[in-house]
Amino acid sequence: MSASTDTYTPKTRVGRITNFVDTRVGGSSIVKEFGRKIFPDHWSFMFGEVALYSFVILLLSGTFLTFFFDPSMAETHYNGPYVPLKGVEMSVAYQSTLQISFEVRGGLFMRQLHHWSALLFVASVSFHMLRVFFTGAFRRPRELNWVVGCVLLILALAAGFTGYSLPDDLLSGNGLRIIDGVIKGIPLVGTYISLLLFGGEFPGTDIVGRLYVLHILLVPALILLMIAIHLFMVVVHKHTQYPGPGRTESNVVGFPVGPVYAAKAGGFFFVVFGILAVIAANFQILAIWDYGPYDPSPVSAGTQPDWYIGWVDGALRLMPGVGEFVIFGRTVSLNVLLPALAPAGLLFTLMFAWPWIERWVTKDNREHHILDRPRNAPFRTGIGVAGVVFYCVMWAAASSDLIATHFHVSLNDVTYWLRALFFLGPILGFIITRRICLALQRKDREIALHGRETGRIVRLPHGEFIEVHEPLNDYKLYRLVNFESPQVLPAQPNKAGHIKRTEKLRGAVSRFFFEDRVAPVTPAELEAAHSHHAEVEAPAEKAEVSGH
Amino acid sequence: MKALSQRRRHPLAAVALLLLGLLVTGGLYAVAGNVNEAKAQTTNFSAQDIEEGEKLFVANCATCHGIGAVGAPEGAHGNQAGPALIGVGAAAVDFQVGTGRMPMQMSGPQAQVKPNQFDEEQTRQLAAYVASLGTGPAIPDEDILDVSKGDPAAGGEIFRVNCAMCHNASAAGGALTRGKFAPALAGVSEAHIYEAMATGPQNMPVFNDANISPEEKRDVIAFLKTIEEQGTPGGFSLGSLGPVSEGLLMWTAGLGVVIAFTIWLTQRSS
Repeated sequence: MSASTDTYTPKTRVGRITNFVDTRVGGSSIVKEFGRKIFPDHWSFMFGEVALYSFVILLLSGTFLTFFFDPSMAETHYNGPYVPLKGVEMSVAYQSTLQISFEVRGGLFMRQLHHWSALLFVASVSFHMLRVFFTGAFRRPRELNWVVGCVLLILALAAGFTGYSLPDDLLSGNGLRIIDGVIKGIPLVGTYISLLLFGGEFPGTDIVGRLYVLHILLVPALILLMIAIHLFMVVVHKHTQYPGPGRTESNVVGFPVGPVYAAKAGGFFFVVFGILAVIAANFQILAIWDYGPYDPSPVSAGTQPDWYIGWVDGALRLMPGVGEFVIFGRTVSLNVLLPALAPAGLLFTLMFAWPWIERWVTKDNREHHILDRPRNAPFRTGIGVAGVVFYCVMWAAASSDLIATHFHVSLNDVTYWLRALFFLGPILGFIITRRICLALQRKDREIALHGRETGRIVRLPHGEFIEVHEPLNDYKLYRLVNFESPQVLPAQPNKAGHIKRTEKLRGAVSRFFFEDRVAPVTPAELEAAHSHHAEVEAPAEKAEVSGH
Repeated sequence: MKALSQRRRHPLAAVALLLLGLLVTGGLYAVAGNVNEAKAQTTNFSAQDIEEGEKLFVANCATCHGIGAVGAPEGAHGNQAGPALIGVGAAAVDFQVGTGRMPMQMSGPQAQVKPNQFDEEQTRQLAAYVASLGTGPAIPDEDILDVSKGDPAAGGEIFRVNCAMCHNASAAGGALTRGKFAPALAGVSEAHIYEAMATGPQNMPVFNDANISPEEKRDVIAFLKTIEEQGTPGGFSLGSLGPVSEGLLMWTAGLGVVIAFTIWLTQRSS
């Protein structure tokens, strides 16, 4: 490029400017390289983008809010236009949030946009992660990117929670009080951590300012860093693709970034922005003026965190009031500590470790760029659904009071049922999902071998009735027959000829996962089935038709 | 007199007598009615009200509350069909019967609001009867229910400290144990809110005048009426239920629309 561009003299002014920039930053090579990157097209691949876009909207609306928000917990008396709070004692933080809502032009819209975007941000991150999990996109070489994604989820929760606590209204204060309780529940050091965090006894006068710094500086910076790493790895690994004719482990079938895909993606940003703007303009979110300023004595009914923290709140609600005991003169509150930390710890540990767990069980260390259809990995889909059920039971428990009032059932009964489901739900979810996957695989197999039932009944000359089966075209057939199906891999002896305990365990897990298996249709089976059915499947105008 | 006695067999005598009788009873009724209406505000009931109220009570309430409102005998587990009503006051009757909660349609964790079974006059008579059995909270005056004299900001603070833990900070209601609940407060009349505070119906505690003074009760009512009438500044309130309905909207409508767009955007691929 150097020799040719140096001698190249553009004719127009735009050309000269472009050339000036290009010869100094090498733009054309970047565009050439990146603009030709291929992205496969599937709607479920778009949720990472949705997350990214809602994060950008969060940055934009959040910057607006920082112009007017004052994170001070100094006491003041409200003297703004909202009558039901006139003269009420409150913190400056709460007062400035009221000002943003009622006095700053467009402030209420921006506040609501920021909050709704946060809900969509975490929702799209979750949706994206579920897609990645259920299609097996976390397998080699993408294990580390999966870990980065898990870190991003935790950061998103942190960003959400620190933001939720800033307005210093009754709801956010109640949420902070729960966090304070959990921290104080940590044995030995809990009280000291709480004192350090809140700068003294709860609620103190420091916490909003500290959370503000975390919320607008540290957490977004970490998220940006992780997003950069995440996207860099996507470029390095290239995008995965669903199985299909012509799609292999060594290619990517789709559209190049430039120009169509870039235009689509750019337009999609405005679509997401538009959807959020419509929601923010029409639906009230966190009506802080209803909740009033924070005061440690009142706790409102219907106090819930935002949806993404709900499952932890739900676990706290499900825990029976047992497990508090005194040991060596110190109180250990397992009734708080256990529900607050154990389910979250379990879920996140499994999430982070799953790529390695799966690799350990299957001993599959190959690179995978072709995704699994969820039904073709019944064990993984079953585990995933078990996790989702586990999460959703706790999630539902966070709204147990609203379930009770809106469905006219007893709050106690809701809690008892959810306690049972907390243990049984994931097990049932695993079994049922795996069975459904196996059934779908059998259906696929049946269709691949015998074609689609057309519902067309033909009477043969000798009086027999048959239903005409229509064979699939090659495109559709490919999807049904071309997939990997792991098999039971029994415990293997190591080089010394011993079968170690961990290897035995691995063998047992492998048997548990892959014992029930529907084998993919082999070319020989397909051949046999088609030759057997050739006459039947052929168009009906053939004079000679023989039954089977 | 003689002329009158001579005409007593006149063909129109019966008609004249009937007319006279109707006039007298009608006139008396009108006078009595006016008197009662005037007294209703000060909750001074006439003896006739009490008498009528007793009849209504015996016919409709005594099954559970017992003759003389002494309460039903206690059952094996200490449960009781209906408690004694001596000393509950006219306010309790006006609230329970006036909101349709009493007579209860069926047993359950808590009496439900339903269309009123008695009209205002009958409710007043029942209140008169129960009030005659023993002193209790009276039906509040118009003056103490006048929200224009109340301070909604002060009422809001009282509400958050005393009421929000069951009724929700935005008065949207909340769940209690075993199927009981604190109802939403939008659309409840000023008098009924006052009476509920004064008498503590169902599972609600009593907030007597020493606890929350009548003026403070008026502030609370002013707060409730203010937030009810001001609407929701931020758009649709989603039931004022807080983060649960907000999350639900995002996961259903929000993500649903986003998914529709993603499908549309990727539609033209192979």
